[in-house]
Amino acid sequence: MRTTHDHGGDVRLTRISKTYGGFTAVHPLDLTVPQGTFFALLGASGCGKTTTLRMIAGLEEPTQGTVHLGDQDVTHLPPYKRPVNTVFQSYALFPHLDIFENVAFGLRRRGIKNVRKQVEEMLDLVQLGEHARKKPHQLSGGQQQRVAVARALINHPKVLLLDEPLGALDLKLRRQMQLELKRIQTEVGITFIHVTHDQEEAMTMADTVAVMNAGRVEQLGSPTDLYENPKSTFVANFLGTSNLIEAEVDTRSGDEIVLKAGGCKLSLPRARCSAPVTAGGKVLAGIRPEKISLTHADDAGRVPEGRNRLTGTITASSFIGVSTQYMIDSPACPGLEVYVQNLDRDARLVPGAEVVLHWDPAHTFGLDAAQDIDAGVEGVEPDEGVAA
Amino acid sequence: MAFVNWLKRNLVVIAGLLTLGYLLLPNVVVMVFSFNKPKGRFNYQWQEFSTDAWKDPCGVADMCGSLALSLQIAVWAMIGATLLGTMIAFALVRYRFRARGVVNSLIFLPMAMPEVVMAASLLTLFLNMGAQLGFWTILIAHIMFCLSFVVVAVKARVMSMDPRLEQAAQDLYAGPFQTFLRVTLPIAAPGIAAGALLAFALSFDDFIITNFNSGSTVTFPMFVWGAAQRGTPVQINVIGTAMSVIAVLCVVIAMVISNRRTRQKA
Repeated sequence: MRTTHDHGGDVRLTRISKTYGGFTAVHPLDLTVPQGTFFALLGASGCGKTTTLRMIAGLEEPTQGTVHLGDQDVTHLPPYKRPVNTVFQSYALFPHLDIFENVAFGLRRRGIKNVRKQVEEMLDLVQLGEHARKKPHQLSGGQQQRVAVARALINHPKVLLLDEPLGALDLKLRRQMQLELKRIQTEVGITFIHVTHDQEEAMTMADTVAVMNAGRVEQLGSPTDLYENPKSTFVANFLGTSNLIEAEVDTRSGDEIVLKAGGCKLSLPRARCSAPVTAGGKVLAGIRPEKISLTHADDAGRVPEGRNRLTGTITASSFIGVSTQYMIDSPACPGLEVYVQNLDRDARLVPGAEVVLHWDPAHTFGLDAAQDIDAGVEGVEPDEGVAA
Repeated sequence: MAFVNWLKRNLVVIAGLLTLGYLLLPNVVVMVFSFNKPKGRFNYQWQEFSTDAWKDPCGVADMCGSLALSLQIAVWAMIGATLLGTMIAFALVRYRFRARGVVNSLIFLPMAMPEVVMAASLLTLFLNMGAQLGFWTILIAHIMFCLSFVVVAVKARVMSMDPRLEQAAQDLYAGPFQTFLRVTLPIAAPGIAAGALLAFALSFDDFIITNFNSGSTVTFPMFVWGAAQRGTPVQINVIGTAMSVIAVLCVVIAMVISNRRTRQKA
């Protein structure tokens, strides 16, 4: 009934914003989610990602702006008239109905009479066929989660919205459900918009990730793009770990910028610097911990030419199986982190040892030094997934 | 020493049994004396076993009429108080309005106020309005004092309800009415049922307020009170016993049903 003039099912948010009294939860935001993609909204609690999702669902009315599904303007449609379904945080399964009736709920409300076959197929898809007559409280967390997905998917929505759906699960189950959700998405081909504060979850599952901070989208791109080319300190720190070294611009020549940090010179590709560059100006040189190689100071001569290098002293090391993580104090920057794969362990690399850190200049990225260097560093963040 | 140890271990059980006995003893006495055959007009001394009263429960003039009236009032008071109370409870939990705090406290006033005071004030009100005392004044009074109990019972239930359940229903194509009918109401039902039962019981055995506002109408509690002045027919015990047996039966049936249901599901 609502698919009459449907050219593509893109979700388009145009200048939408949401304010509560004096507080702005979402600043005017433009976002397009192409049909059939797995899209993640990533950010810490209170960054506006859930509000954005609820505006797409219709559970929250935008203060300004519009929401389009394909060609249809749904900004002022109530949730029960939108071809969109939600998997709620803590699932919100109806406690008085059994699993079968929970899944059949949407079909029945739309007046579909013969639901048995569809419901059974859907329960098989999420592997819960034999639990059809149980009540929600008799199922485990992971099973309830799958019921919530089935209850939404059975309606063949244009878009499936997932609000921290894995927040209440333990780590192992969460990994398993990530793969499961990804499989289901590939199988049904519906657009998934997934809200999460877990950067690993966003990167594993999504085709495109939008990193949100304080009601704004900081950066949008594929997981690899965001990880390799962060454009702000928030993204650099929130997605994985970054070493950010305060440096001064020394010279600029064509595609290369040469930086000075603590007496060492670092090369930075022009294309990988998102900051304005002026001679003598400040820039943050970033490098991911796993891109750095460590060589003991005695072997410094064996470090190949053309690599960025810093000297330093190991202050701490921890062995975590696949890799060893080192903390290194360098004159250029204290507290550098380096992850070294445990291929050939050098027994001399212990706390107190003098080392040379070196990496391919192409892995360096440059950020505007005017930002908070610690933005997005993972603190002890209250987990909003366990609210209920 | 062994006895002291035994006592220590079973103290809780003993205390529980004593309390239970304390609670049930009056009921047992009522039940036993419903099989009595008293010599005079008063049924206070055991004479001999007889089932006369059980064979003719309505044998006392006017008693069954007053019983029917009490049941009638109790049912209507239950319906009225449950309807109004449920709506008040939802309004208090769901909506922020100006007088919310005031209403929230005022609703408890009938529970806190001494019944005699309330009865006397109501009578004053009715007389000043020129209302004729009888069925309607009793019903209005009963709905009023039952209301707060229903509000408390339903409010507790609605407050513990996850608001996301209704959002989920809306998200799954249920309009406002369908959401209320399919999700809100079934989940709030136990609270509403508890409030309704409470209202029925309170209305059925109310004496003080009824006595003030009934005019010449006689409800069952008033009949018992009046009879006690002149003599207590055994039939009063029969009705009392029947009431408690019916109540116990209802509880047992409800437990059996819910037990069977959980066993089937597991």
